[in-house]
Amino acid sequence: MDIPTLESLNLLAVLPAIILAAYTGLLLVVDLFIPNENKQRTALLAILGLGATGVALGVQINQYSAIGDQMAFGGLVIVDGYALFLQGIFLLSAILGILMAMNYLPRRGIERGEYYSLILFTTVGSMFMALANDLMVVFVALELLSIPLYVLSAFIRDDPGSEEAGMKYFLLGAFSSAFFVYGVALIYGGTGTTSLDGVAAVLAGEALNLPLALVGMGLLLVGLGFKVAAFPFHMWTPDVYQGAPTAATGFMSVGAKVAGFAALIRVLVTAFPGAAQAWGLLVIAIAILTMILGNVTAISQSNAKRMLAYSSIAHAGYILVALSAAQFPELAQEASSAALFYMLTYTITNLGAFAVVMAIEKDDGSGVEIEDFAGLAKSRPAVALMMLIFMLSLTGLPVSAGMVGKFFVFGVAINAASQSVWLAIVAIVGVLTSVVSAFYYMRIVYMMYMRDGDEEAEYPAIKPALGTALAVTGIGTLVLGFLPTLLFDAAQRALIAGL
Amino acid sequence: MSEWTFIALLLVTAFIFPAIPIVAGTLLGPRKPNEMKNSTYECGVETVGDTWVQFKVQYYIFALVFLVFDIELIFLYPWAVAYNQLPLFGIVAGVVFIITLAEALVYAWRKGALEWL
Amino acid sequence: MQAIFAIAPLIIILPFAGVFINAFFGRRLMENPDSPAPGIVASVMAGGAFTVALLLFIGLLNDPAGAQVPLFTWMSIQISPERTFVIDWTLRVDTLSSIMMLVVTGVGTLIHIYAIGYMQFDVEENVHKRHLHGAEADEFKRRYFSRFFTFLNLFLGSMLILVTGNTFLTLFVGWELVGLCSFLLIGFWNDDPEKGVANAKAANKAFIVNRVGDFGMLMAIFLLFWSFGSLQFDEVFSRGECMIEGSQADCITLSPEELDWNPAATSEEEEARSGAIGVLASLAPAEEGPGELNTLIFLGAVGFPMGAVVTAITLLMLLGATGKSAQIPLFVWLPDAMAGPTPVSALIHAATMVTAGIYMITRSNVLFHMAPFSETVVAVVGGLTALVAATIAVAQFDIKKVLAYSTISQLGFMIAAVGLGGYVAGIFHLATHAFFKALLFLGSGSVIQGMERGILAGEAGHGDEHGSAHDDEHHAEHDDHHDDHHAHPDPQDMRNMGGLLQRMPTTGWTYIIGSLALAGIVPLAGFWSKDEILLDANNESLLVYILLSVASFLTAFYMTRQVSLVFFGQPRTDAADQATESPGVVTIPLIILGALSVFGGLMNLPFEGFHQLGHWLEYSVTYAHIPKFNLTVAVISTVVALAAIGLGWLVYGRSPSQSSEDQDPLASTGPLFGFLEAKWYWDELYEAVLIRPFTRLSDFFANTLDWNVFHDWFHDTLLSGFFVGGSQIMSKPIDQGVVDGTVNGLANLVSGSSRGLRRIQTGFVRNYALVVALGVVVIVIFLVARFVL
Repeated sequence: MDIPTLESLNLLAVLPAIILAAYTGLLLVVDLFIPNENKQRTALLAILGLGATGVALGVQINQYSAIGDQMAFGGLVIVDGYALFLQGIFLLSAILGILMAMNYLPRRGIERGEYYSLILFTTVGSMFMALANDLMVVFVALELLSIPLYVLSAFIRDDPGSEEAGMKYFLLGAFSSAFFVYGVALIYGGTGTTSLDGVAAVLAGEALNLPLALVGMGLLLVGLGFKVAAFPFHMWTPDVYQGAPTAATGFMSVGAKVAGFAALIRVLVTAFPGAAQAWGLLVIAIAILTMILGNVTAISQSNAKRMLAYSSIAHAGYILVALSAAQFPELAQEASSAALFYMLTYTITNLGAFAVVMAIEKDDGSGVEIEDFAGLAKSRPAVALMMLIFMLSLTGLPVSAGMVGKFFVFGVAINAASQSVWLAIVAIVGVLTSVVSAFYYMRIVYMMYMRDGDEEAEYPAIKPALGTALAVTGIGTLVLGFLPTLLFDAAQRALIAGL
Repeated sequence: MSEWTFIALLLVTAFIFPAIPIVAGTLLGPRKPNEMKNSTYECGVETVGDTWVQFKVQYYIFALVFLVFDIELIFLYPWAVAYNQLPLFGIVAGVVFIITLAEALVYAWRKGALEWL
Repeated sequence: MQAIFAIAPLIIILPFAGVFINAFFGRRLMENPDSPAPGIVASVMAGGAFTVALLLFIGLLNDPAGAQVPLFTWMSIQISPERTFVIDWTLRVDTLSSIMMLVVTGVGTLIHIYAIGYMQFDVEENVHKRHLHGAEADEFKRRYFSRFFTFLNLFLGSMLILVTGNTFLTLFVGWELVGLCSFLLIGFWNDDPEKGVANAKAANKAFIVNRVGDFGMLMAIFLLFWSFGSLQFDEVFSRGECMIEGSQADCITLSPEELDWNPAATSEEEEARSGAIGVLASLAPAEEGPGELNTLIFLGAVGFPMGAVVTAITLLMLLGATGKSAQIPLFVWLPDAMAGPTPVSALIHAATMVTAGIYMITRSNVLFHMAPFSETVVAVVGGLTALVAATIAVAQFDIKKVLAYSTISQLGFMIAAVGLGGYVAGIFHLATHAFFKALLFLGSGSVIQGMERGILAGEAGHGDEHGSAHDDEHHAEHDDHHDDHHAHPDPQDMRNMGGLLQRMPTTGWTYIIGSLALAGIVPLAGFWSKDEILLDANNESLLVYILLSVASFLTAFYMTRQVSLVFFGQPRTDAADQATESPGVVTIPLIILGALSVFGGLMNLPFEGFHQLGHWLEYSVTYAHIPKFNLTVAVISTVVALAAIGLGWLVYGRSPSQSSEDQDPLASTGPLFGFLEAKWYWDELYEAVLIRPFTRLSDFFANTLDWNVFHDWFHDTLLSGFFVGGSQIMSKPIDQGVVDGTVNGLANLVSGSSRGLRRIQTGFVRNYALVVALGVVVIVIFLVARFVL
């Protein structure tokens, strides 16, 4: 094998990810020299790094229309609109995640500098998930993404719940990663390549061994399905979400999920358009079951974090609805943009919802039962209003981001319904379960606005960082709801040359 | 299709093959338990005290840090041998690798992992 | 365009400047609580607006074509790549709007001046009613006096927006604003201890009834936009005329200049039409009946014949006019609107706002001309209203109610006139009516306050007597007497008046002049304008002519009745006996309006070489026409009026009743008089036919449908029961039972455990892993089974 030269690597194309990777390594060392009581500085440095990455990304996006798609690392990595858009989402969620943690960690007495470095590491992993054009890169990125999350889940060292969460996540994550690698191996066996384009080319022509490749694809679905918490690979979600520190939960409920979908959509649409019949039905079935299970089980939860965990399972189902429409080549682009947009709205809204949970969580980690929301509208009207916005958006009521996201997702499914009746069914199930979801989201609203809470209840003060995160997510939710075309166009442009 | 049939046959055989001696042994073997037979491992020394003792966590950390150097050695040796033939990228990649490992060491060092407490 | 027209914006700016000053500084202007400063500010602004109107009028004398003075672009919408829909806020100065401006600002200024005197007394009166003293009373005066003039100026500005608007939309803005002012001023004394609720209800009624009319206006505007792609007057009319020949698509993009449109009537055919004399002529098919207007107008995808569309538009406009101009069936609000202070009744509910409908129809004469059916409906509605309202006016006892119904009746005359194509006659009557009806209202206000002064004087007199009372018996007796007088006579009830001519000579004589003008006696203003309407009616429609003739007979009759009851005979109460004349600030406007009522007819004498107003309006009203003077009609109308006056004098004047307890002489007609006194039971009819079913329906929706069915049954029972049940089924039997059960069962099978089916709690990693494994198995089996084997 020829050793590539520096020029052929085209490192400039992945500059944002490289900047962030290098910066993260540096931050880990720098943090060692920051005294324990000043760890907020680490957080600020982390945000600075994310900001710098964002600037580099912005420059790239700006040049994208002129330059177009680029390959890097000899085709292992592709920089297209899809990747650029997703990297933006990852940076945004990382910044918001750090802002929330800056307030949350000190309160719970668990602020250590590694937290911020780990978030940055996992963000680098996410970015490579979006950039990957080769199954091996997907796998490495998946691990880089996952391992920091295991640590983050167990970040409250002396809390058994948190340790349990980390342990479970780690074991099951490793388990599913194994399936993923196995799947990659089978695909390599079946097609003789791990490059996504290569797989597609082989499948379009004479496959070496189609069954192997198909089973491999099924195993990829398992590995990534675990990351996005789709049925039946979702079972870790409630336990981990509940046990992990809320800041980490919030971050991983969006970061990991969106990254998982980034890879899933990329792999299925780019590498397996020829096997669309095979994965199409699977995705539809998984989507239907995920939506039903997530929404229905969420109803009977009494813990807000657990409820949001099931809710995040449900939302994975909605994104899968979009993905299931992508099985038809002529709709792949529309479906992918719908999924991208949905992920953006979900990221902002869900982070916001977790920010509110953090705002009312007590210093010992209690106070996140749904009952604890009672009377919030009186004692904390602004926070309650924010929560109202997020709940409306998660339910998908107008005029919120969630409604627009759902509109696009179900819209593309209905467009595809003429091709297959299953798409109609999945859309109908989606709409019905959305209605069901109103039940548990509105229960929080009901608690906040209709119930009288404990008059004496003391809520922790909201520091500027958390306040900023709340404001950004709240305003973002409204803006996306009112001006959806603003970013839906961007999502669509991201796809024009993307897939 | 035929090759798949073989695999299926192999699967069945794989289940049956270990099952036969176990089943046969249970069915055919005489059962005369005595104290020695029932002892742990049927041999060796009886354990003294509780086996659930805690090892100092630093054993693991030391082992991990040792691993860092181990891996470094494994990769750097061929790299050093081929050093003359390597293009620039090869050098850079190696340096990045060394820096990464060094960083890990610095981290462990600063965190006090190298102090035996 | 003449330079003078550039001052046009001032006519709106000045009243609004008054609004600004009085709203923000009005109370500070009244350092002394009895200071008339806000009234003076408002009057100066109104006077300024009148001056501007006069200057514009002079400008128009030199350049009758007028001008459109652009202010700013209100909205600009790209409809299609070729077409942009623009609404400019442009002031339209032409002969028609100039007449309206003169009337509005002229009469308005006089009423502003009058209101200074009137409101000072009225506010004082209300201070007494509320038993306020000292600083409280001062603050009350400051607040209400300045508020009144704020509203009055706001009304003036709004009315000027209405008449100067150059598009239907700006017209509608003014239309709504004057409606708002009307609402505010009718309910001005909404905190009156006795009548506050009634006043507020009257205001609400006016507002709500007007909404019905506004609905018509809005629908008409929507249809105009759909049909002609514009709301600007000239564009709508020129495209309308164009569409008679051409197609909608061709005409809709053209501007008035491209269409060679000139609002001034030039066509020979029009001359011929106006000259045609023939009873029922308009009811016969016109040359351009709807049958011939067959150009398809596309409202969206569906095309309708133009005749039908224009008829719909004009009928909807008529609905708007019946609301604002108080015609059948929407006139019921106007009598109640008399709850407002008298200057308001005079300005808004007699002289100006209520004529908006006539102005609007006149402005849209091109459209109405295309829709003969609508014209007929307009004429008949006007005629019927004129008659019905006149009959009601005969049987009223409240001095202002009589005038209110008279106003409705006279508005009916105007509507009938414009319906018959007699736009000149309609506008002419609008102007003269503004003079004498304002005069009558202001006179009635003066009478009422005279009566109130009489009541106060009576109380004061008794107070002295009370002081001189000595023995207990006398004291007790006197207390009774005093209590009687606490329920003092209604100062608005004509039965309590009588003989006021001697006590209030200026008011009385001007009032009589106004009455004669209204009755249509030569050579007062009312005669000329009413004669012109009757002339048109005679030319066009026998039915309307008869309706109007009977109405004018009744007009003369009820005015005679009113004048007899109020000013002649002997005072029937102490209050009437002690009534005194109003101050100069009140009487001077009366005198000026009296003069206008006498000489107002000069503006349009129906003889060859005169007809100044008619020729004036020809520049802006395309289908203005000038009927030829017909001596027979004039003589008949004069005879009718004189006969009515004579009859009225026989019934009321010759042997005036001596006591306020006496029955009305006409009451001997029994049920008929009762029917008229009860206003034909219109309100009761609406109550029974509209309001009660509506409240029933609301009640049904709110209580039965929404609460019982939706909340109790659908929501509580069906939905939440279903969801709670469903959720329990899903979470307990299905999730825990089926899913977990299957998982656990499989786990046990696979591990080969001999302990049987053991219930393994979720929460164990191994179970989770097992589910994942199971998923893998299912997926692999599916793929293999479907695509491999």
